[in-house]
Amino acid sequence: MSKIAFVQKNKIPPSPAPISEVGVIGWLKQNLFSSWFNTLLTLLSIYFIFIILKDFIPWAWGGHWDTKSLRECLDLNPDVACFSVLTARWKQLLFGLYPAEEYWRPTVTFILLIFSIIPILFPKYFRFFWFSIIYPGLAIWLLWGGSIWSVGIVYIGFFLGVLLFILLLRNITKNMVITGISSILFVILFFIFFSNYLVKNLDIIIPISLPPVESLKMGGFTLSLIVGITGIVASFPIGILLALGRQSNLPIIKMICVGFIEFIRGVPLITLLFVASVLLNYFLPPGTNFDIVLRVIIMVTLFSAAYMAEVIRGGLAGLPLGQHEASSSLGLTYWQSQRLVIMPQALKISIPGIVNTFIGLFKDTTLVSIISLRDPVGLASTIRADQTWNGIYWELYVAIGLMFFVVCFGMSQYSQYLERKLKTDK
Amino acid sequence: MEKTKINITDEVAIHISEMNKWYGNFHVLRDINLEVMRGERIVVCGPSGSGKSTLIRCINRLEEHQKGRIIVDGTELTTDLKNIDKIRSEVGMVFQHFNLFPHLTTLENCTLAPIWVRETPSKEAQEIAMEMLEKVKIPEQAHKYPGQLSGGQQQRVAIARSLCMKPRIMLFDEVTSALDPEMIKEVLDTMIQLAEDGMTMICVTHEMGFARQVSDRVIFMDDGQIVEQNEPESFFNKPQSDRTKLFLSQILGH
Ligand SMILES: Nc1ncnc2c1ncn2[C@@H]1O[C@H](COP(=O)(O)OP(=O)(O)OP(=O)(O)O)[C@@H](O)[C@H]1O
Ligand SMILES: [Mg+2]
Repeated sequence: MSKIAFVQKNKIPPSPAPISEVGVIGWLKQNLFSSWFNTLLTLLSIYFIFIILKDFIPWAWGGHWDTKSLRECLDLNPDVACFSVLTARWKQLLFGLYPAEEYWRPTVTFILLIFSIIPILFPKYFRFFWFSIIYPGLAIWLLWGGSIWSVGIVYIGFFLGVLLFILLLRNITKNMVITGISSILFVILFFIFFSNYLVKNLDIIIPISLPPVESLKMGGFTLSLIVGITGIVASFPIGILLALGRQSNLPIIKMICVGFIEFIRGVPLITLLFVASVLLNYFLPPGTNFDIVLRVIIMVTLFSAAYMAEVIRGGLAGLPLGQHEASSSLGLTYWQSQRLVIMPQALKISIPGIVNTFIGLFKDTTLVSIISLRDPVGLASTIRADQTWNGIYWELYVAIGLMFFVVCFGMSQYSQYLERKLKTDK
Repeated sequence: MEKTKINITDEVAIHISEMNKWYGNFHVLRDINLEVMRGERIVVCGPSGSGKSTLIRCINRLEEHQKGRIIVDGTELTTDLKNIDKIRSEVGMVFQHFNLFPHLTTLENCTLAPIWVRETPSKEAQEIAMEMLEKVKIPEQAHKYPGQLSGGQQQRVAIARSLCMKPRIMLFDEVTSALDPEMIKEVLDTMIQLAEDGMTMICVTHEMGFARQVSDRVIFMDDGQIVEQNEPESFFNKPQSDRTKLFLSQILGH
């Protein structure tokens, strides 16, 4: 037998890892002090964190909450924060110029918001989607007031349209195009001819209404949420359609989508907002009263839809061609394979980019302060223009930053949860 | 093993005549004439780039031909989308790289098309799917995702997924080429079983053992043409054309 031949006869049982590899010390050693360079970085980072917190913590911790003006704060102790501005103005930061006796309305709207988005965010555990469908109308009614029927009629119209669609499909013809077009036609006719009449009569029979609040009164974080959430919800489907359009084989559709995306991406959001606030009036027929908040929402939506489209296109490009081939070879139609095979995968790949766009959109809502809507940043200027708080900076902006941070951080966390949940390869 | 030839009927399943295809200026398929009977098992072989994949992909319109006719199950392939969808739902295809839907479980992969294309009730679709998964011998993997399966298992799921549509014709495009040797056998066994059940099959493959064992006819392609076709015995033992001889010596020679 040659010398290199070898046979292992006894099996070595597993033994616990040495203490330096596991536990707190092991972790520290592995992650923070693994080499001299790593150690240096760790120490430097600790030093930086220390410098920042050394001044910030005493400043924030010792802050005043109940003085009457900035002057008073400075007299007491100029080296600590003067959060009294928040005590005095927090309602304004949250609700803008919304009438004080109606504060309950935005409050209820946001509490209900939670109930409407949780089933969408965690569809596995909740099964009451009907509320998420009713919510948008309810929110509009709560925030803007007026008769409940002016919002309800929209639901009635669409409900009748869907009903007609299903009935036609069941009983008359299986052709989606014919049934679709006739249902849409019906809905349009309904809104043109019947809705006014119906609203009037419903108002007389069951009068439910809230005092109307005009759009210019909307402000503060309420406005940010209104614009941000509506923008997010609306830009998502538009972005998907644009991305599909851009990949389409039909040249005209492709051209329109590419043109739209490139145009919107090439123009700063501020420009679009100016167009919304000023220029649009020149184009619209005189006398039309096109709500300013709605105009802003449309612009913000279009803006982020263009970005969304590009993010989703990235996801689509990441899919192997084989997925399309497999789904067509099984006989799925174009829309079926997009909906059931392609989009679920493309969207999953694009989650980080999509959430990035959402977060960007939400923070961009602060730009509306430039066209003199009163979002928190706009309000900060108003508050600082006030004699009592003139000269205050940090406290206000820290608070506003914190509000935005909470929402954006939430979105980011959710996206990470979603990515983990949708992971199917291991 | 004795082959069962009784399967072949005199009903035409696929009829291809004078079919030509170009990629831009490149003439990939030239004057293809082919008639496949119901129940027939055909193996297509030939050097890389000879147009084998393109040929079978024309049969379910993954590729469009420019000249000639292709008639599948009595329906001619034209630009009419209705015909295309009808043919696709009756012709199953299995790919080299499986192309399973990674976001769906094995079972969902199998039920997707029956539910949406055939409008089979979901419970019934699941029963069919389990039956097919049993046929390919992996019912226990029904609730796993494709990413959690071995290559051979994935390919068998892909076969089951096609079978769930109850196709009358199956196309296989080098379904074992991406697999490790020990997995090739499990997939081939599945295909042999299908062949014995009388499925009309066109298989692009370099597995000559498989060709000998189950095929009724071997087609040799080169440069976009069908160069030679014959029963497997004669094809392997007495090849006529020089190109076939060269190809066979290369593939069997080493
Ligand atoms: N989409 C395409 N555009 C242009 N040329 C193509 C395209 N697809 C294939 N070809 C060319 O057509 C020829 C035939 O390709 P095909 O895939 O049918 O060959 P094959 O016989 O299946 O080869 P292999 O054994 O390598 O799979 C090749 O020369 C290939 O380069
Ligand atoms: Mg090929």
